[in-house]
Parts: sequence; C-alpha cells; structure tokens
Amino acid sequence: MSSPEALAAGEAIRRRSRRARKARTVGFHMTASFIALLWVAPLILVIVLSFRSFDDILGNGLIAIPRSFTFHGYADAWGRGGGRRGMLNSFIITLPALALALGLSSLAAFGLSRFKVPFRRTILLVMLGGNLLPPQILLIPLARNAEALGIFDTYWAVIILHAGFGLGFYVFVLYGFMLAIPSEIQQAAIIDGATPFQIYRRIILPLSRPALAAMGALGFTGIFNDLLWSITVLRSEGKMPVTAALLGLQGTYVSNWGLVSAGTITAAIPTLIVFLLFQKSFVGGLTLGAVK
Amino acid sequence: MTVVFGQRRRRGIDSLPPTVAAFILVPFLLEAAVVFAPAIQGVLLSFTEWRGIGAPNPVGLQNFRELAADPVFATAFKNTARWLIVFGGLSGLLGLSLALFLKVERRGVAVYRSLIFLPVIFSLVVTALVWRVLYAPEGLFNNTLQAVGLGSWRQIWLAQPRTVLYALVVASLWRSAGYIMVLFLAGLKSIDPALTEAARVDGANRWQLFRHITMPQLRGVNSVVLSVIVIDALRSFDIVYALTKGGPYNSSELLSTYMFKTAFTTGRLGYASAIAVVVFLLAVSFIVLYLIRALREDAR
Repeated sequence: MSSPEALAAGEAIRRRSRRARKARTVGFHMTASFIALLWVAPLILVIVLSFRSFDDILGNGLIAIPRSFTFHGYADAWGRGGGRRGMLNSFIITLPALALALGLSSLAAFGLSRFKVPFRRTILLVMLGGNLLPPQILLIPLARNAEALGIFDTYWAVIILHAGFGLGFYVFVLYGFMLAIPSEIQQAAIIDGATPFQIYRRIILPLSRPALAAMGALGFTGIFNDLLWSITVLRSEGKMPVTAALLGLQGTYVSNWGLVSAGTITAAIPTLIVFLLFQKSFVGGLTLGAVK
Repeated sequence: MTVVFGQRRRRGIDSLPPTVAAFILVPFLLEAAVVFAPAIQGVLLSFTEWRGIGAPNPVGLQNFRELAADPVFATAFKNTARWLIVFGGLSGLLGLSLALFLKVERRGVAVYRSLIFLPVIFSLVVTALVWRVLYAPEGLFNNTLQAVGLGSWRQIWLAQPRTVLYALVVASLWRSAGYIMVLFLAGLKSIDPALTEAARVDGANRWQLFRHITMPQLRGVNSVVLSVIVIDALRSFDIVYALTKGGPYNSSELLSTYMFKTAFTTGRLGYASAIAVVVFLLAVSFIVLYLIRALREDAR
C-alpha cells in the first residue's frame, strides 16, 4: 500500500535501531564481563598459585606465568598442613548442627504457624531478635558455661551453639512459608485421627521442602564457614574446623604460598558444591528472609 | 512473601495440644540457653573484674570508666565507626549499582550475577587468604602498579597504619557486594513494571525514573539492607583477625577484635564484657529498628 520510498525509509530506520541495540548489547556484555572478571580474578590467581611449585613461586614471584604444575601444595595442605583433619571436623560439626537446627526450627515453625499459640508474634520476634545479637556479648559466658557443663572443647559444644544461634532466623522464615500451606489438608488429617507429629512429618514437612532446602543450603554455608564460635569453645587443635586450621596454616607456612593457596581452595570446595547444587534455593533463601 | 502474609489466617486452626507446645518450647529453650541467658550473663559480667578463676568481683561502673580513658578502645571504636560508614556505604552503593546494571533478564546475565555472587559463599578466612596474595609486597596490586609505571605508589598494604583498614574494607566488600546485589535484585524484581512504564510514557528520563519510581519502591529493601549491613559490620571479625589481628599498632583494631583479644589473650573477662556491651548496645539500637519493620510487615 505504501510507496517503495516509504518502505525503504522504514527499513533503514529499523536497521539503524537494530544496529544501535546491537551496539548496546555488545557494550553491556563487555562491561559486565569486565566486572565479573574483576570479581573472579583474585580466585583465578589463587587457583593458579595453588598448582605452582615452591621453587617456581620463589624464583619467579607470586604473580607470574606458571612454569610448573604440581599437586604438592594440595598434598601438603591436606596431609601435614592438617587439611584432612580440619575438613573432617568441619563436617562433624556442620552436619549434626544443621540437622538439629532444621529439625527444631521446623517443629517450632509448624507449631507456631498451624496452631493457636498465645503470644505467637512475641515468640517469633524474640527468637529472631536473639539471632541478630552480636556474638561478642555471648562469647565469654558461652565459654564459661561450656566449661561448667563439662563440654568445653568438645564437638557437642560447637554443634549446640550453631544450632541454637541459627534458630531464630530459621523459625522466622519457615513460619512464613508454612503459613501459606492451606489448612484443609491438615483438617482432613485431623479428622482421620492423625497426631500433630504425623501431620508435621507426613504433610507439612514434605510441603515445606523448598524452604527447607533454602535454609539448609544457607545454614550449611554459614556453619561451615564459621570461625568465631569454634575458636571460642574449642581448644585442641585436633578438633578445630577447617577455617581455624587454615588460619594455623597461614601462620606456620607463611612463605609457602602454594601450600596456603591449595589449603584455601580446598576449604572453599564444600560450600562451592552446595552453592552449585542449590543455587536457586540459596539465593532464594537469602532474599526470603530479607525481602518481604 | 507479601502474598504469603496477605493470605494468613487470623485464627489458628486448632487449640494447642501439649506435644505442639513442646515443639515450640524445646527450640525456644535451646535458644534461651545459648543466646538469651549468655547475653544477660555477659551484661552482668561487664560490671565485674574477673580473670576466669574464682568468683567475679563486682566493681560497678569501673570497667566503663576505664574504657572511656582507654586509647586502644577509642581507636577500635573509631575504626568500627569508620568500618560501618565506609564498608556500609560502599557495599550499599556497589550492591545497588550492580543490581541496577544486571537487573534486566537477558542472555548471560545469570552468569555475571553468579560470578559476582560467588565470593559470598566463601568463609571470611578464605577471603582473607585470597586477599593476602593480592596485598603481598610482591602481590598483584604492587606488581600491577609497577607494570603501569606507578611503582612509587606501591605499599605494604597490610602493614601500614594508613592503608590497612581500607585494605581490609576492600576485601570485605569483594565478598559482600554480591549479597547486597541479590537483595536489591529481589527488590527491583518486585517493582510493578506498569509503574515504570507509566512514568516512561509520561516522559520521565532515566534519572527521574530512578529517583521517583525505583528508589521509593525500594524503601522496604533499603531498610533491610541497612540492617544487614550494620549487623554485619558490627560482627566483622574473621577477616581482620585472619589478616592483621588488629595490627599494626592497633591501627585496624575493631571493637570485635579488641574484645576477643582482651578476653582470650589478656584474660580480662570483665573488661572484655564491657567492650561487648558497647557493641551490644550499638547492635540493639539497630535490631530494634529491624524488628519494628518486621512487626509492621507481619501486622499487614
């Protein structure tokens, strides 16, 4: 219907705007990859360092094109550096603490969200508030109480601390999630004679899986990465988690950059795996608690 | 989550069976045992002189009077304030800029976000060791400066009172910016696109859009980010402890590291508790703000 000139002009405009958009896209990706590179460059550097030999680093400097490739750093960090012991300790502490925290907090969230509980809001807020306290105020009394109870310098002390300190946040988030589960299912179960624990175990818990996954991923990282609680209630080197072991490594092998780097990378791997497996839940969990 | 709270039922479904009361009571008692009781004990200890043996000796406000005259405490307090402002301000700014830059869903954007978020999952000890390589005398920074002809700017970043605190702040920023970015991204996502569209139709430019649509809509997130940053900043311990232990000459001392040293190196537990009380009071004032917000949300 329109003249050939108008068609051609329209095409030209479209082509130009397409080109502008393309230029913008290229600009975006260039800027974004630059920023992303800035963020991962330190990591890449440490990874490279962890595979270089002691002599290579000594001779050619920290920042140099690698002229060697060795697993010695990893072997040493794992063996005589105490990485194996530290990693094992971290798991011995993290897994029960996480199970305890999730179990207890989901029970409490279940009770608070599915039943008529007096002072519900106060309980929730007091528990959440406790979670926000600065740990400093708790350190000395906790060390003292652990000693009085005879659990100072035991895994149990750290496990209980982690489980108890995380509770407020977990309860708060799980409570919000469980509120949204329709009550009809529960009522049907009650009519069928189910006990509260059965309702929790068979109905609410399976339905809360996404929130539990998010809290689990978040909790794992938080507990695994902790340093402060562990060095407060643990004394023996043989019981310290990998974070503390790494700190010791840094002190003992100051000039052995390859070994320290290898230890650093090793200590980062478990949380990295959890992050890669649960990336969605992980980020979801962070924002679930915060952005409402 | 607003939806979730919008649908909430005003009344509980059932009266409270004893088993369910126990479900709530047991976790609550655990938290009471490891958080509430020690917090109270900590406050009480701050009014005593105690070295860990025998009974604490009550001294009234003596510890706080001593704090007021303690130069290291003054440094630690100033550094903590500086840390709060510089670290807090920059991580907020950085997080928001990154979120605005990476907010549009397009090809590849998830990868960029993940890479920037990556350090969040590392422990601060890992972060510290990574940055030790960058800050080393022959490390990345000094070598880069040398390479671009700014060799005279080279520093022993972690050993100089002038640079050490900021060097630590930068390392912390590297780790926390991704976290703040994710919070802002979630906030940006919750803005109704119709609102932005309407303003654009009305001829608003980018800055006006940001100033009058985005920022007001982010108010909720802003207050969360603020509380997260403040609480994080007051808790900051690991990275300083791992990299400098507060040195050189207390120049990177924070209240948290000074407290830890006073307690577990010097062994003055009463005095250390007084430092903890100061941190506690700072934190509590912010926690109250946070809870007021949570309460308001909950009542909606």
